[in-house]
Amino acid sequence: MAVDPLIELRDVNKFYGQLHVLRDINLTVGRGEVVVIIGPSGSGKSTLCRTINRLETIESGRISIDGRPLPEEGKGLAQLRAEVGMVFQSFNLFAHRTVLANVSLAQLKVRKRKKDEADRRSRELLERVGLASQADKLPAQLSGGQQQRVAIARALAMDPKALLFDEPTSALDPEMINEVLEVMQQLARDGMTMVVVTHEMGFARSAANRVVFMADGRIVEDRTPDAFFTAPESDRAKDFLSKILKH
Amino acid sequence: MDVLTENFSLYGKGFLGTVELTVYSSILALVLGFLMASCRVAPVGSLRVLGTVWVTVLRNTPLTLLFFAVLLGLPRFGLVLPFKVFAVLALGCYTSAFICEVLRSGINTVPTGQGEAARSLGMTFGQTLNTVVLPQAFRSVIPPVGSTLIALAKNSAIAGAFSVTELLGTYKTLNELGYSIIWTFVWIAVGYLIITLSISALFNVMEKRWGVAR
Repeated sequence: MAVDPLIELRDVNKFYGQLHVLRDINLTVGRGEVVVIIGPSGSGKSTLCRTINRLETIESGRISIDGRPLPEEGKGLAQLRAEVGMVFQSFNLFAHRTVLANVSLAQLKVRKRKKDEADRRSRELLERVGLASQADKLPAQLSGGQQQRVAIARALAMDPKALLFDEPTSALDPEMINEVLEVMQQLARDGMTMVVVTHEMGFARSAANRVVFMADGRIVEDRTPDAFFTAPESDRAKDFLSKILKH
Repeated sequence: MDVLTENFSLYGKGFLGTVELTVYSSILALVLGFLMASCRVAPVGSLRVLGTVWVTVLRNTPLTLLFFAVLLGLPRFGLVLPFKVFAVLALGCYTSAFICEVLRSGINTVPTGQGEAARSLGMTFGQTLNTVVLPQAFRSVIPPVGSTLIALAKNSAIAGAFSVTELLGTYKTLNELGYSIIWTFVWIAVGYLIITLSISALFNVMEKRWGVAR
């Protein structure tokens, strides 16, 4: 289905001690594609997302980004991570820096941009996520939804080839979820390659090209959102959907 | 009172000796402690081993024994330096083990997500540590680093036993001159208090200055 593969996982296995958390994962994400990963908690979806930029190591299998295999710890890995942005459930904004500095920091340190150039780019991105007026505040002074939008701007500042979202709205109050989802919808429309772990079925339906359903460390289904939500094939997915779509 | 006024220059020399030992050893301890703490949290296994061995050996050796090892041991391997330098080496290395552990516990107070976010942006281990983790760890380690340096100031007295000029050692001369042992020690104690209270004051100021709200 993917014509131009950007992220490729082949026969990936991971253990936490005895616990087999990822079992023979095969997944290809094409350039410009939005893949949403859903599944019950403990199914390994967050772990899968974190292996893509090697925040979690794997025991066997291959992961490659844009045709290059994921390097070992060191300079090469750092370079690759700069190409793959990540947005976390708990935002993880640098608590001791202002919003503007949060977005600029990696541009200065990793992309070696000049300070004024980095700050200009940061303000542009903050504008894009609707937070230009908050640039000089500390993260703790913002709401959760605002913090998460800053985190997205921070990831975008590196001009990444792909973005990974690890349950970006799970720590948010219901009324703040939409402001984050809107930003993500916009990114999807702009053609950003995205891997999104989420419980937001509405987002999966409207923005995803494919839905990957995981259970017990395996990929159980990998289909278009329409096909998945209207006619899930596996019993596991039917059971999951019946539970979450009931109320 | 006479003890102090009549022997002011002797006290002064001892006092300055202790100050010098404290300052130089503190600098050495902070630098080495910082390096070792970096090693202990590094992603490279051999560096972690180095840091662990350093801390285990130095923290569990009695300081007097370490002084013997440095002052009597190193010259046997052809390394001959003034006793004062040896004393700074022994004190600095010994204290660095404690500083290392204090810094490491400070690093552990910073949520792991902070480091993960920095690494996910492509920052190297060193950049992550220096620009994201340590500045946040810094605040919580100011009080225990102060305590460790105060302990260092008092530990410097051991150097006196190895004929390095320092404050406690002045009692020998004064005792021979027939002064009251009690008043001799009272003024020595005052000298130590001046040093240790200065360190406390300095660290109090630092805590107020850099105590950033999270």
